[in-house]
Amino acid sequence: MAKEIQIRESAEAPVIHVAPSPHLSHTAQTTRTMMRDVLIALAPVTGMALYVFQAYALRQLAICVIGCLAAEWIFTGMRGRRATLWDFSAAVTGVILALSLPGTAPWYIGVIASFTAIGIGKVIFGGLGMNIFNPAMVGRAFVMIAFAGAMGAAGYQDASSAVDAISQATPMDAFKQGGAIAPLSALFWGNTNGSLGETSAIACLIGGLYLCIRRTASWEIPAGVIGAVVVLGGIANLLNPESQWTVLHHILGGALLFGAFFIATDPVTSPLTPKGKLIFGTGVGALIMLLRIFSGYPEGVMFAVLIMNSITPLINRWTIPRPLGGK
Amino acid sequence: MADQPTAAERFIQGILPENPVYRQLLGLCPTLAVTNGLKAAITMSAAVLFVLFCANVIVSLIRNLLKPHLRIVIFTLTIATFVTFADRFLAAYVYQMSKVLGPYIPLIIVNCLIICRCEVCASKQGVVTAGADAIGQSLGFCLALCSIAAVRELLGTGMLFDIRVLPVVWPDWVIMVLPPGAFLTFGLLLGLVNWYSDRRAAAAGGK
Repeated sequence: MAKEIQIRESAEAPVIHVAPSPHLSHTAQTTRTMMRDVLIALAPVTGMALYVFQAYALRQLAICVIGCLAAEWIFTGMRGRRATLWDFSAAVTGVILALSLPGTAPWYIGVIASFTAIGIGKVIFGGLGMNIFNPAMVGRAFVMIAFAGAMGAAGYQDASSAVDAISQATPMDAFKQGGAIAPLSALFWGNTNGSLGETSAIACLIGGLYLCIRRTASWEIPAGVIGAVVVLGGIANLLNPESQWTVLHHILGGALLFGAFFIATDPVTSPLTPKGKLIFGTGVGALIMLLRIFSGYPEGVMFAVLIMNSITPLINRWTIPRPLGGK
Repeated sequence: MADQPTAAERFIQGILPENPVYRQLLGLCPTLAVTNGLKAAITMSAAVLFVLFCANVIVSLIRNLLKPHLRIVIFTLTIATFVTFADRFLAAYVYQMSKVLGPYIPLIIVNCLIICRCEVCASKQGVVTAGADAIGQSLGFCLALCSIAAVRELLGTGMLFDIRVLPVVWPDWVIMVLPPGAFLTFGLLLGLVNWYSDRRAAAAGGK
């Protein structure tokens, strides 16, 4: 133990990398720049959330970001490590978590979700880079099961709210319960009820494309997700031609685009190889459609991502690239 | 075979140093399944105490007759006899609790904690030591179950022993009374126990 700490401390001295070729080192891309890119990409989504949900969004964002930073500081301190608040990873977890919660959720839900996300989702596995599951989704799953009343479809709605969006049912739930079809333009621009960040398809697309162009997120994952949803949604439509909830509704509605671009693309919990990423994305998309159509929940992004996270090591093993001339 | 622990040592060891749940990781099926309330945890522990004590005493009495290749069968039959007693007794006198515990009382038959104690202690040592060992291990089991159940019941329902201790505004963490809550609580408490005993070992080593 003492020896390990010594090595860690001596790492402050110039580090000489011993590695096989090719000798390329991406010093330009650090955790910090990646996380900063994610925060920039989240800006349109956050902006839309603030515009649609106003004070609700502001309050939830503040709770979750402060909660995640505090949890990171406390838990890494407990492990005797230096807190890594300035690599922004905890802040990104906080923002994504807040954007995946309903604006109406009471304050303790955000706090508990943040501490679960960072504590049980990340630090307990050894910190950033070691976690198996997407921390924000671990936090959300915990409060989703713990506080089913406040986090279920009914919890999103508050008829007496001054904010327009919150006084309606979420489009996914309105469809699941009563078969009501939301207009595509509302789903596209985002003036509907839902989790804070998921409502506006255009904002998710802008932020997501920025991430893909900057190569902070790999395009294979969202492509796989959307591809699988198009195929399965198309089949569902062919089998049920009278249904008004078309493939486009499936893509623009719910948390699909937000999940595809911001949640599934977490570099720690998704596979390493391009082929693996495509398999991962396709799996997420297929599970989302499965959960949406057959489960009791109106939406399935969270569970789909968590299930695929758990088989990421397997996908990595399947898709080890074969070196030139190797067998 | 020379230096077997004495009765007092067996008793003390069962409670904390060789706690069946936190140290030996035995009997985890009831540990995870019946710890969503303190009442169920205590009933379970009492049933285990009865079965383990009787099985240990009987096995210790017949230890010179045991044939090595048949001993596990004999252990299981002895345990099954007393489990049937316990199960029927609970069903007759505390029917509601028997319903709550469901299959977990009959499952004591395959609880590896009891076979382990028969094998490790009762089949090798005298009746008094075997009895003391059974009581010590059962108390350790009870302690573990109650610590997990207290956390789960308090967070999950705001109550202890079905009596409300937290204010009514407390939002119930439903997940804690569901299976995931058992795994999370058990894992965190196990980590806490390991951390604590590491610290004590380090402190003892430092002197």
